[in-house]
This record gives sequence, structure tokens and C-alpha cells, in this order.
Amino acid sequence: MGIEILGLPMMYYIAMVAKVLVAFVFVLLTVAYATYAERKIIGHMQVRLGPMRTGWHGLLQPIADGVKLFFKEEIIPSQASTFAYLLAPLVALIPAFITFAVIPFGGVIEVAGYKIPLQIASYFDTAAGRVFDINVGVLYILAMSSLGVYGIVLAGWASNSKYSLLGGLRASAQMISYELSAGLAIVSVFMLSGTLSLNEIVAQQSAYNGFNWFAFKQPLAAIMFFICSLAEINRTPFDLPEAETELVSGFCTEYSSMKYAMFFMAEYANMVTVCALTTTLFLGGWNGPMAIAIPLLGPVYFVAKVYFLMFVCMWIRATLPRYRYDQLMHLGWKVLLPLSLLNIVATGIIGYFIN
Amino acid sequence: MNPITPIINGLRITLEHLFKKPVTLQYPTERPKVAQRFRGLHALNVSHDKAKCVACYLCPTVCPAKCITVEAGEDANHDKYAARYEIDMLRCIFCGYCVEACPVDAVRMTGEFELANYHRSDFVYDKERLLEKK
Repeated sequence: MGIEILGLPMMYYIAMVAKVLVAFVFVLLTVAYATYAERKIIGHMQVRLGPMRTGWHGLLQPIADGVKLFFKEEIIPSQASTFAYLLAPLVALIPAFITFAVIPFGGVIEVAGYKIPLQIASYFDTAAGRVFDINVGVLYILAMSSLGVYGIVLAGWASNSKYSLLGGLRASAQMISYELSAGLAIVSVFMLSGTLSLNEIVAQQSAYNGFNWFAFKQPLAAIMFFICSLAEINRTPFDLPEAETELVSGFCTEYSSMKYAMFFMAEYANMVTVCALTTTLFLGGWNGPMAIAIPLLGPVYFVAKVYFLMFVCMWIRATLPRYRYDQLMHLGWKVLLPLSLLNIVATGIIGYFIN
Repeated sequence: MNPITPIINGLRITLEHLFKKPVTLQYPTERPKVAQRFRGLHALNVSHDKAKCVACYLCPTVCPAKCITVEAGEDANHDKYAARYEIDMLRCIFCGYCVEACPVDAVRMTGEFELANYHRSDFVYDKERLLEKK
């Protein structure tokens, strides 16, 4: 089949580049317009209008914001440790985007006789007749999402400002506390699925006699995972690392211009990632009515579910005030961690008796 | 106490508000409807092409902010009139006492509320400018 490079057909590389480009641009646009959607939704929830002036109903607002931030002055504090200071935004941003490599956003589509699975890090093996992807996809995502905190801690440390440092400290403490419960919440999914490959997990939720989603089999785990994810990406009820009322702007106090924008992009990209992961693990991924018969419907369902979850994130932000630090720790260690452990035990016992 | 119900109640309330009509006024394009008895910029009432003011000095006397300056003059008919009538809008507190005090209904307050200016001197409204806004 045409030219082969390293034992893989040329189409594989073309498809890979296309998938990477499409996914990256899509996530980037979603990130840009998530800021707009957030301002609009929260505005309307507060009986305001939100941005209205730039473009029709403020639709050009993200672009205007981007251009403005791009032309702002770059400030590096004289006492900052420059290398770490410059590195931190990248360390925050890159893990937020590369998590998308393993998330399946659709079924297998066929282009010019070559089958392409809609998941970046995977390929369709014609000899075996099935899709191969990273078989520890979830582990990869957990690893990458915990890398993200390095960016925040580095930013807090390198800025040489007490507010930034406190923000960074809080971020690390929060991440460690909540990653445990998030990981344990996913474990109960693995106990049902028996695999770490995201592709397989989605396939197991495909049968549409209705309630095959893991959200219905593991409702507690689904809710706990979503709460912990909110805490891990520093979304509002848990946005202590950048608590404006106490820490000016937290870890990004000293940042300006595009570097500041990069932290914000990372935050929203993390939100997209977390919503995509929750969709994949609990809400049946790209599955939906007719999704297997018409492969192009898969991404539509996937995006719809992800956007719904992002709406929920914004909805929660408009509703709940920030937790106090001790409340955060209490919730993480004394409520969510025991609950997730109990959930695993219960899943194990029930699973044993059913089998 | 059960911590979950308040959260769900809160979520319900915010969702209800999402579908309410926003109260925002798109200010420069949309204008607020000023109430009839709104106390905005002052205006000197006119009768027979002349200001009604008889320079009785009641308004500067009653003014708590001391922002009104009146100087009396005598016209061709030997009637007393205000040769100079100035209100310093930087000091005015828009209490409306001047309107209440006036015995001849010569001063009133309009719905005009956009009083920004570029120079301090522009905030001192003289007789001409107060007459203009009829």
C-alpha cells in the first residue's frame, strides 16, 4: 500500500498530522471561546449581559483580548530567577494540550480506503482488524495532568513574590490532595472495564440499551472524579492558588502579556481536557444514537458532551463561592478520599458476587 | 447539616437566573428614563424673554454647599435682576434646596445628568449657560 516509512504506510503519517492539527486547532478555538462563553453565561446568570461591544454580541472579544495581551509589555521582575520564570508558562501550557493525544473523539473513519481511528495516538491495524492505542492511556493522562502543577509551582517560586509563592504552595498542596481521590475514583472504573485503554473503555460503553455509561454504573465515582478534577484544574470553588481576594492574583501575580495569557490558556485547556476525560470515562465518550453507523456523528456527540460539562463548570463557578483552605483540605482528605476508597471496596464486593 | 441540598438549590437558582431578562442598560446607546422629579443640572426659568430671577439671595443663603453666587443689578425699569448668577457644579450636592427656597419659581432642576467636562472652569455654570437649557 504505497510508500512505507518505518513499516507504516504513508497514509498513517498524513492522517496523524491531520488529526493533530484538527484536534489542536479545535482545542485552541474552544479555549478562546470558552473564555467568551464563561463571561456570557456567568453574566446572564447574574442578570447582566456580559461582553456586548466587540463584534455582534461581543463575539470578537476573545480575539480582542488576545491581541491586547499580545501587545502588552513583558515584565520580568528584577529579583526573579529568570530562567524558571520564563519556563513556567510553558510547563503549565504544554501538559494541558498534550493530554489530548490519547482521548478518543470519534470512531473509525475511512479516507481513501485507509481506516483512521479518531484518536491521535492510535492506528488501525488492518492485519489484526482492530484499533491499537496506548494501552495505559489513563495513566498517561494522570501523569500529564500532574505535570501541570509544576508550571504553577515554578511560577510561584520564580516570581520571588510572597503572593505568588503562597499561590504556588497552595496549588501543590491542592493537587496532591485531590489527585489521590481522582485517581481512586478512576480505579473503580477500571475494576469494571478491566482495561486502561481509553478506546476500550469507550467501546464498553457503546451498547445503547441506554444505561451502559459508567456514570450510571459508578455514579459516586463520576461525581467525585468531576469534583476532584475541578480542584485539580483550579476551577472556582477550588481556585485558591489564584484567590484574588487574598493573594492579588496568586501564582501569576508577577506575569504580564502573553505569559499571563498562557497561564489562562492552560487553565481553560485543562478544563477542556478534564471535561473530555470525564466524557470518555463516564459519559460514554463519542457514543450516541447512530454513532457507529455514521462515523462522523461520533465527534459531534463527543463535542456536545464536552461542551455540556464545560457549561456545568461555568455554572458551578457562577454558583459557589471559594472554599476556605481548611475546608478544602477537609473535603479532600476526610470526605472524598474515604468515599473513593469505600467505593472501590463496594465495587469489588459487588463485582465478586455478580461474577 | 446536609451539605448537598444547599449546593443543588444554589445551582437551581443560578440556572433560573440564566433565563431572566438582563437588567443591563447599554448606556451610551440606550438611555435611562429619568424620573420626573429627578434633580439634575439647574436651569433658570424664563418669562417674557427674561430670567425670572429677582436676585433675592435666598438660594445662596439656603445652599448648604455654598455653590451659588448671585450679584444683583438694576435694569432700565429700575427692577432688581441677577447681573451675575453662577452655580459651581463641583460643589453642588443637588439637594434642591435652591428650588424650594425660590419665591418666584425662577430656578428648577432638569433631568440632565451628564455633567463631565475637561476643565475645572467649565464646571462653573454662568447665567447664560443656565438659561440655555430651557
